[in-house]
Parts: sequence; C-alpha cells; structure tokens
Amino acid sequence: MQNNNWKILTRPLIDDNPLTLQILGICSALAVTTSLDTALLMSLVVVCVLALGSASVSLIRKFIPHTIRIIVQITIIATLVIVVDQVLQAYAFELSKRLSVFVGLIITNCIVLGRAESYAMHNGFVASTLDGIGNGLGYSLILVIVGAIREFFGKGSLLNVQILIPQSQGGSFEPLQLMLLPPSAFFIIGGIIWFIRRRRPQQVESAEFSLRQLEDSAK
Amino acid sequence: MNGLFELLLRSVFLDNLALSFFLGMCTFLAVSKRVDTAFGVGLAMMVVQTVTVPVNNLIYNWLLAPGALDWAGLGDVDLSFLRLIAFIGVIAAMVQVLEMTLEFHVPKLHRAMGIFLPLITVNCAILGGSLFMVERSYSFGESLVFGFGSGLGWALAIVMFAAIRERLKYADIPDGLQGLGINFIVAGIISLGFMAFAGMG
Repeated sequence: MQNNNWKILTRPLIDDNPLTLQILGICSALAVTTSLDTALLMSLVVVCVLALGSASVSLIRKFIPHTIRIIVQITIIATLVIVVDQVLQAYAFELSKRLSVFVGLIITNCIVLGRAESYAMHNGFVASTLDGIGNGLGYSLILVIVGAIREFFGKGSLLNVQILIPQSQGGSFEPLQLMLLPPSAFFIIGGIIWFIRRRRPQQVESAEFSLRQLEDSAK
Repeated sequence: MNGLFELLLRSVFLDNLALSFFLGMCTFLAVSKRVDTAFGVGLAMMVVQTVTVPVNNLIYNWLLAPGALDWAGLGDVDLSFLRLIAFIGVIAAMVQVLEMTLEFHVPKLHRAMGIFLPLITVNCAILGGSLFMVERSYSFGESLVFGFGSGLGWALAIVMFAAIRERLKYADIPDGLQGLGINFIVAGIISLGFMAFAGMG
C-alpha cells in the first residue's frame, strides 16, 4: 500500500507527466514562465488547487448525480480558485499582478478538471489527493525548468538575482531577447519532450506514415 | 474609429490568444489534425468569443464591478470576486443558447461546428478573453471588437497550424519529436512569424 501511494505520487513526474504526455493544462502554463518566481508561484497555486480539488471531488463522489458531475466539479474548482486568487491579492499583490489573468484561468485548466473527472471520481480520498499533488508536481517540474531557462538566458538572472552581468552594465553577457518572447516557450517545451522521450522510448508516438526504403534506385 | 481598428489588428495578430498568450492550447493541439475540423472549431470559437466577451462586459460593468450596483442603491457593494464563476456560467449558458439557435435556424453551420461547441465551454481562450476584457477595462464597443478579433486570430492560428500538420504527416521526424514534440516546435515557429507584426503598432 505504502509502495502504491508512492507510485501514485511519483508517476506523473516523468512517466505520465500531465504536460508532456497527457497534453493537459498547457493553456495557462506557458505564459507565466518568463521568470522563475512567477513560475514557482503558479506551480504552488496549481498544486494547491489540484490537491484540494481532487480531494474534495473524491470525498463527495458517491453523492454527485452522474449527469451533473461536470457542473459540480467546475463549481468546486472555481470556488477554490477564487479563494486562492483572493489570498494572493492580499499577501502577494505584486506577484499576483504579474500573473494577471492566469490564476483565474486555472478553472478552465484541463489538468484540474481532467484529474477530477478521470481519477478522483473513481478513487478514494488518499489516492486522489496524492494523485492531485503528483500531477501538480509534474506540471510544476516542467514549468520551473522552462521558467529557469527563460529567465537565465533572457535576463541572466535566477529568481531576480543577477548571475551573468549584461553588456549594458559592463559585463560580457548579451541577453537573448527571444527567450522573453512567447515562441521560446514552445521551443523549450518541444525540447523537453524530445529529451524525455529519448530517455523513455515507450512514450514515443508512432508515425502515421513511414518512409519506405526505395529499392536502390539511386545506383 | 481608428482606435477600434487598431485594437482589431492587435487582437488578431500581435496579441494573438493562442500564439502569444498560449490560451486554448489544449484544443489547439488536440483538434488540429485536419484543416476542416480545425476550421469548424475555429469558427465556433470565433462566434462564441464574439458573443460572450460583450455579454460578460455588460454583466461585469452593471453587476459585478466595484460600485456597479449604484443603480440599485447598493453603490458600495463590490462583487468583482464573483467574476470568475459568473463568467463561466455566462459562457456555459451562451454556448447552450447558441447551439440551440444554430441548430434551429442555421443547421448547416451547426453541422460544421459539430461537437466543438460544447467543448469550447471549458476552453481557456474564451474565459481568458473575458478576463483580459476586465483587466484592460474595455468599453462595450471595444469588447465587441476585441471578442471578434481575438476569436478570428485564434481561428486563423489553428487553421494555419492544421495545414502545416497535414503536410508534416509525411515528413521524416526523429523518434522522440514525433507527435507532440514537433507540434510544439511548429507552434513556436508560427508564433515567431506572428511576432513580426510587432512593428505594426
């Protein structure tokens, strides 16, 4: 049992990552990764909402009529997100301004609804909570990696601590403007997916068409 | 008038919801295998966005914003924390109404959009559009233009993306990049292309 719980928690990190394999929750993920601190905060928020959401859905799963389950789930998630949003605005106003609409968008983040629907509706409280935390961490892992890469190469800093001194201040580092623009997030995620699938070949998708070897027509 | 036109251009190209704010990515990646389905979902998105953003704008300005309930004698009530749940409700309701209307009056269009209408209820681009409208405090007219423009931009992006993906089927792609990986790279390149409009403002 102990072992099983550990597996539920760690599987979504690499082997069943919500972003790179299940294609869930990419929507609100990428825009907050221009710097590491917003990525970390967003991760924290998502982990909280996911864990609490999955936990509460699993608690009342036996009482929800099947036909209106989506509405019930959305309402639970929306309530959690509103609470988190209010807390952020109260205690971390600056950061919450930078996250702008993306905290609110967690409601429609398919990761939360997806896990509630596919896992928490069929599993017990402990397992669902762990699944929520695990998926949240898997999402966070990618977010933090992307955030760190973009901030490091885009501004030469990590968590707002200057590591490389940019040329404009007499250093030798030329900030890569591209890293701060949206396209770089796509490229980095593409790269991460490539890297993970090199290591875990079972995740590789098969091609719809494959090249046929021509019969030595070149000779 | 000039300002509205500029807003339209901005929301279609430069502030493209899919490519520069990453909104609606799940749908963007999931239903872009073929151009005709992409076209259907793009169309649905455009229609829903054009309807919901102005409606949410009215609801926000007349019911939820701080001081909005002045007309009811409740000037100091601030219900703006309810906006998330109110918007979701409006979107779900609008989609439902729209589906019934289209099915009754324009069955052809309804068939083209097919199953995508309900799917769009939980699309973050729609909610995102409404939230951006609040954050940038658009007026009613501006929100109409913004709703249409951002929907059009999203539709444009997904149709282009689907067209490229159709050709990519025959390409010889490295194993690990096959599927999702290459899609991200392609989306990145399209997004890079849209960045070129940055000088237009």
